[in-house]
Order: sequence, then structure tokens, then C-alpha cells
Amino acid sequence: MISAEPYVTLSLILFCLGLIGLMVRRNFITVLMSLELMFNAVNINLIAFSFRLGDLAGQVLAIFVITVAAAEAAIGLGLIIALVRLKDTVTLDEADEMRG
Amino acid sequence: MDFLVTNAEAIVFYTVAVLTVAGGIGVISFKNPVHSALALLETFVMVAVLFILRHAEFLAAVQVLVYAGGIMVLYLFVIMLARVKDVTMERVFLSGIAPLAILGGVLLGSLVAIGILLGTMATGAGGAAAMQAVEGVQRGNTEAVGWILYTKYLIPFEVVSVVLLVAMIGAIVFGRRDAVLAGPGEEVQS
Repeated sequence: MISAEPYVTLSLILFCLGLIGLMVRRNFITVLMSLELMFNAVNINLIAFSFRLGDLAGQVLAIFVITVAAAEAAIGLGLIIALVRLKDTVTLDEADEMRG
Repeated sequence: MDFLVTNAEAIVFYTVAVLTVAGGIGVISFKNPVHSALALLETFVMVAVLFILRHAEFLAAVQVLVYAGGIMVLYLFVIMLARVKDVTMERVFLSGIAPLAILGGVLLGSLVAIGILLGTMATGAGGAAAMQAVEGVQRGNTEAVGWILYTKYLIPFEVVSVVLLVAMIGAIVFGRRDAVLAGPGEEVQS
């Protein structure tokens, strides 16, 4: 029976990978996928501690996180479709209407 | 062989962990969004195995159904609809790596099977018992999660369903053809 630490470390690595992708990538679709990576890292953490503490609250929270991730995916992909219709691109650098 | 049996959980965990991180690196480093999506799919399935190892069987099923099934298909549809110009499609499955891909799939499948087997075998431990208890009685993980979700966490559950409804309406509004945001110097078409 392995302890919670390896799970937390894995979660940290996955979260940092998602963060790197979020900051480095310029493709809107890949940025959203990096966000999904971060959601998954959080879920691993919740499940690991749910098991460690013998409390089901972590699993319930993970269900809520999955719901919010699904909502985020729907909104984000709707935004991608709108961006493609408007500018025919998914590169975030080209969506600069708000720049002063 | 004894070493394998006693350390089976650690071996499965570290293999799955390496594959998860590899999938994550793939997501952020592949140029083609379709390849990124496939790497993300692999990460989702590996995370589901991790859930099973931590006795969250219901969440593992939800992970595969919602993430690997629903959200992934949504992503692939959008990649298809976006028709991005700079994406180059390669005929991967007709090239030499097809046998390697099949071998990899078989290995991944057996890994998932071992994870599920370990998860179902190792009941009775302190943490595992709590994951399956309904008011102190041993049932199953799905039953336990359902019980706590509809009693103690009923209000948050209803609130999160409203979040989902708002997101759905928002996505429909964004997706409407006549609701496209106007560019500089254009009128909003209505």
C-alpha cells in the first residue's frame, strides 16, 4: 500500500505541465487542453487525500470539479468557434481587439 | 515473482505515473492539435487507473465516460470545425508505426486491467473501507458516493447543476451564427 506522497508529487508535476502549456502555447485549443491537464491534477490530489483521510468528501469535490471542467470545455470550445468565425484563426495572439 | 506480487501496486502506480506525465508532455509539445488531443486522451485513461488504485471506482468510470468520452469528442469536433490552416495531417495508421501502436494499446489495456484487479482485490484496508461505507455498512463505492452526494452535499450538487445550465446557455449563445462578435469597423449582424 503506497502512501499519498507519490500521488501528490504526480499531481504537482501534471499541474505544472498544464501551467507551462497555458503560458507557452499560442494555439487556443492546446491552451484549453492544458487547462484540462490542470483540472486532472487537482482531481488526483483530491482522490489521494480522500483515500488518505478515509473521507468521501474528496470524491464528491472531484465530481464537482469534473462538472466545472465540462462547463469550461463547452464555453471554451464555443469561444473557439466564435473566434474562428470572426478571424479564421485559433492563434491567441491574433485576437487583440481589446489592446489599447 | 514474489517481488512482483508484493510490489504490484507500486509497479502499476509508477508505470501509470510515467505514462501520465508522458501524456502531459505530449499535450503541451505536439504541434498538431489532434496529436495533443490523443495525448490528452491517454492522460485521462491513466488518471482513471490512478482513481481505481485509490478506490474511487465510480469516479474512474465518470472520468472515462465524461472526459475520455464526452469532452474529448467535443475537442475533436472543434478541431475538425476549426479547419486550421497550419495543421498538417499525417497518415499515421498506414505507416510503419501501426504494429507499435497496436502493441502499445495492448500493453496499456493490460495495465488498466491489472490496476482494476488490484483495486478490487485490496478491500478491507482502513481507507478502502471508508470509500465503500454507507452509514457504517459496507456497500460499494458508487452507492457510498451517491448516498453522500444526495444527503450531505445536496445543495452544492443543485448549485453545480445550475453552473452547467449557465455554461450550456453560454455555449449556445457563442455558437449562434448571428451572435458573432463584430470585428473593428463592422456592425454586429442581427
